[in-house]
Amino acid sequence: MAATQEEIVDGLAEIVNEIAGIPVEDVQLDKSFTDDLDVDSLSMVEVVVAAEERFDVKIPDEDVKNLKTVGDATSYILKHQG
Amino acid sequence: MAKIKPSKGAPYARILGVGGYRPTRVVPNEVILERIDSSDEWIRSRSGIATRHWADDQETVTAMSVEAAGKAIADAGIAPADIGAVVVSTVSHFKQTPAVATEIAHLVGAGKPAAFDISAGCAGFGYGLTLAKGMIVDGSAEHVLVIGVERLSDLTDHEDRATAFLFGDGAGAVVVGPSDVPAIGRTVWGSEGDKSETIKQTVSWAEYRDGHPEKFPAITQEGQAVFRWAVFEMAKVAQQALEAAGITADDLDVFIPHQANMRIIDSMVKTLKLPEHVTVARDIETTGNTSAASIPLAMERLLATGEAKSGDTALVIGFGAGLVYAATVVTLP
Repeated sequence: MAATQEEIVDGLAEIVNEIAGIPVEDVQLDKSFTDDLDVDSLSMVEVVVAAEERFDVKIPDEDVKNLKTVGDATSYILKHQG
Repeated sequence: MAKIKPSKGAPYARILGVGGYRPTRVVPNEVILERIDSSDEWIRSRSGIATRHWADDQETVTAMSVEAAGKAIADAGIAPADIGAVVVSTVSHFKQTPAVATEIAHLVGAGKPAAFDISAGCAGFGYGLTLAKGMIVDGSAEHVLVIGVERLSDLTDHEDRATAFLFGDGAGAVVVGPSDVPAIGRTVWGSEGDKSETIKQTVSWAEYRDGHPEKFPAITQEGQAVFRWAVFEMAKVAQQALEAAGITADDLDVFIPHQANMRIIDSMVKTLKLPEHVTVARDIETTGNTSAASIPLAMERLLATGEAKSGDTALVIGFGAGLVYAATVVTLP
């Protein structure tokens, strides 16, 4: 069953927490991965791959650079999830 | 039709000796920072690299190779004349012909062995090792010298903040010879030419000759795409190499991935779920990325420091421009 927006944000928070050690409560829709959450470009790849697995979605390299905020990633997953 | 006699060599092949050469000049991040707007902390956190070696005018591809080869031959306990073939993997020998392998073969005193260069980027060591194994089992050569050598400082854009800190110079060599027991597993290798733009030379030599652009050719890459491919796709290849050798990660003593980036190495270890007891090569910190030379250089260092020992079972995997990759399980010399 497709995940809701809330479930996606919670899932992303868990992923970001595991990969970058950021507290789950800091991961909010308006937060920028690089500027606010200190997720660098390589960690972002790990976040993306973990999100692909968790939400059954494909996020190609050329789309990764457009996912600036948690909200961007959430919308992308909502739209593309299988 | 005449019947051709089947060729037959040793039952199996193994790595008998390893040697390395690291250029005298050690280049810390501070020197890199003279030409790019970055910081030591940024470079270390993105790559794990603190220092690398850069070759001087005397430390040519040939000279570094001869040094590394001499050590590998001594370590193998054979005479140079026992070498039946010399395979050199490099992308940074700036003379198209003849193959640098012929000169190296001559200078190490190997007589008249088969000698040729291969171009397989950062997978070059695994490609060379696979060829060597074939020659030995086939009987075309009893001992094969496989060298990975690079002067990547010559192919670095020292003003590009994304790559200026990555590359280093050096040579690593192994002698492969006959064995009574299997000591090199089946190689899992391949190429993905649809991704040829992911890691590449900025402009061709012909374009440079014709004056556009003015900047000397250098190696460039799409960092995120390379990282994703290296960590997640190569973990699958590494797993296949374990299966091809009939072992699991629990049976491994050592993991020697191509030293491309510490972050790639760390993520591969995590993705592969390598057990704690497996020693992981992290030569990248003081060597940088030396492409085809990185695996034999890392192997030599692990053995020299005692972190690995002769007879250990090691998974080696190289991956890079092409894209190309090669992974296999070996018994360390």
